[in-house]
Amino acid sequence: MPEFAELRQFWVYLAASPLLGLTMTLCAYLAAQRICAWCKGAPVANPVAIAIAIVVGILSLSGMSYERYFAGAQFVHFLLGPATVALAVPLVRQLPRLRRHWLPLTTALLAGCVTAIVSVVVAARLLGAGPELLATLAPKSVTSPIAMAVAERLGGIPALTAALVIGTGIFGAMFATYLFHLLRIRSDAARGFAMGLAAHGIGTARAFQLSAEMGAFAGLAMGLNGALTALLAPWLVPLVTGWMG
Amino acid sequence: MLAAFAVLLLFQCLGEGVVFLLRLPLPGPVAGMLFLVAALIVFPRLQLLVEQAVNALLAHLSLLFVPTGVGIVVAAASGSGHWLAIVASVIVSTLLALAVTGLLLRGMKGEPTRDSDA
Repeated sequence: MPEFAELRQFWVYLAASPLLGLTMTLCAYLAAQRICAWCKGAPVANPVAIAIAIVVGILSLSGMSYERYFAGAQFVHFLLGPATVALAVPLVRQLPRLRRHWLPLTTALLAGCVTAIVSVVVAARLLGAGPELLATLAPKSVTSPIAMAVAERLGGIPALTAALVIGTGIFGAMFATYLFHLLRIRSDAARGFAMGLAAHGIGTARAFQLSAEMGAFAGLAMGLNGALTALLAPWLVPLVTGWMG
Repeated sequence: MLAAFAVLLLFQCLGEGVVFLLRLPLPGPVAGMLFLVAALIVFPRLQLLVEQAVNALLAHLSLLFVPTGVGIVVAAASGSGHWLAIVASVIVSTLLALAVTGLLLRGMKGEPTRDSDA
């Protein structure tokens, strides 16, 4: 079958260029958005999770390596930097409210940051995790570059931390709304701040889908919790593990 | 649009530079965000310039996490033991952090969300 051989050659040619990885990422994301719309925006139908599943499915069926894929997808990945800088704009729009509410926001930041670190360490220790795994888990709620640096300093495994950070973000983005509903947390500011704090960038992306105000507070909480975790985790984690024996 | 994108990249460069020189425990783009906040306070007109690019980027923030996410799923397939401890502790801790933070801010005044869309 000559057509098949030709098709194969064409695939090999396409897979070698960055074009395919980039096209795949955009199309998977558009398809994921469509699926989310079918699910009437139910929070468990998270576009990041669905798009990842589609791409992973294509990669494992076609045998394309992640390195090949990333050669194209890196153009999308690169935009994370400028997008983080862009969070300044919604933040500045909320500045008058930040000034008025600085005390509750600071309290929530401190309490949330300590809860995110201590609770994961305590829970994992009770379930039998060793010191290396505890150090890997501790920074799971903050954006991956900070989380990986913190894990490394504590003696954890940075690559595994990156995976847990993404997992935490997707889980938080999926289930935060149900929890807020249950606890009667209604204000967009409170919801956004909690999502950014506990579920970093992926929580922030979800918050922006719901409202600009929620997104602004999520972006703020993500940045602040990242900085605070970098400061607190290096002495908080040894303290907790030492105390638990 | 292009000028706006250039501004964002310039602030990212500034952030990366300062973080590198002062060895701050922050990613460069987060520092860049803080510098842009300061710049927007001093020059409010800058907001009009960057607005378009900002709205376009933030509307599709989810898309930008797909490449990393794929890599992580591929890597996690070759993962370690202790999956129960990892999954259970991450779930419990994420819910606790969301609840503590949200409850402390519950009294914050603001437009309440319609429960249907959130």
